[in-house]
Amino acid sequence: MEQPNFSYINSLCGGDEVFKQKLIDIIKLEFPEEKEVYYANYTSKNFKQAAENVHKLKHKISILGLEKSYEIAVAFENNLLEGNTNLNEQFESILNIITNYLQKL
Amino acid sequence: MNCIIIDDEATARAIIGQLCANVKSLNVLEEFSNAIQAIKFLNQNEVDLIFLDIHMPDFTGFDFIETLKKPPKIILTTSDANFAIQAFEYDCIVDYLVKPITSERFQKAIQKAETMSPKVVAASASDKEVASSGNDLYVNIDRRLIKIDIPSIYLVEAKGDYILVKTEDKNYTVHSTLKKIEDKLPESLFLKVHRSFIINIKKIIDIEDNSVLIKKDVVPVSRSNRPELMKRLNLL
Repeated sequence: MEQPNFSYINSLCGGDEVFKQKLIDIIKLEFPEEKEVYYANYTSKNFKQAAENVHKLKHKISILGLEKSYEIAVAFENNLLEGNTNLNEQFESILNIITNYLQKL
Repeated sequence: MNCIIIDDEATARAIIGQLCANVKSLNVLEEFSNAIQAIKFLNQNEVDLIFLDIHMPDFTGFDFIETLKKPPKIILTTSDANFAIQAFEYDCIVDYLVKPITSERFQKAIQKAETMSPKVVAASASDKEVASSGNDLYVNIDRRLIKIDIPSIYLVEAKGDYILVKTEDKNYTVHSTLKKIEDKLPESLFLKVHRSFIINIKKIIDIEDNSVLIKKDVVPVSRSNRPELMKRLNLL
């Protein structure tokens, strides 16, 4: 499984370490909240709302350079909109990888 | 250019803010996590450019644009490329950025916004007026622009995400809103008589209590719209 990286964030920051840290702090704060809302909606089978949550989470997936995972998130969002839960396991393992990565920062 | 950022995601606002900070000509006045707050701000402040997220809960970016009488230049920011076609329906939208936004792509969008002078935006607005006072209306159906003769339209009905445009010859189902077509139709001919209906007042056959017979269609007239309808009629 691919691992998160800072290639996008570094290209965005252009050496501005203060902004880089600010952005990481925002992601560390926002990601767990979005993840929690997603799990709550998914567990209660509120798939349309869960799709909205995946939509938002996929931006963070792309920011962290997870290109293949992003594609999975796009497909999973579309699945959820049709009430289809295929790809859930893969999506949740992406969330776990990001969680572990952010915890180590 | 004075600008604002509207995005429900803090990470996205931070990224766009940083990209703006790298452009000398941009001055970020405010950031908003929802469109309602931004509308309040715009009621009291003028801005040249808005960075607008499409996908927001409750009130989407397109809903937001619909509320603006004189929209400034808008750059859409979204994780979803599927809205691109819809975006081109709005003259005020100068570019469409798919997240994650790169510096290079952002610079291009700003160049577009800068080269699109206020005159061009004003011209777009006046084009709208010309179009609405002219005889033709082009509607997008299955990616084809189909010309409709405006005076031949006798009824427009809202149907969820679509509108049904009825003309003398043919009916058209178009992915649009009643508000959008109302802006394009000349006020001298058309009147919204109900939240779901616009009628061509020249085509009225008769009026009875709270309904209008127009061709073979009986159209409801809401209590609030009835006085305006009566005002527009040449009553004996």
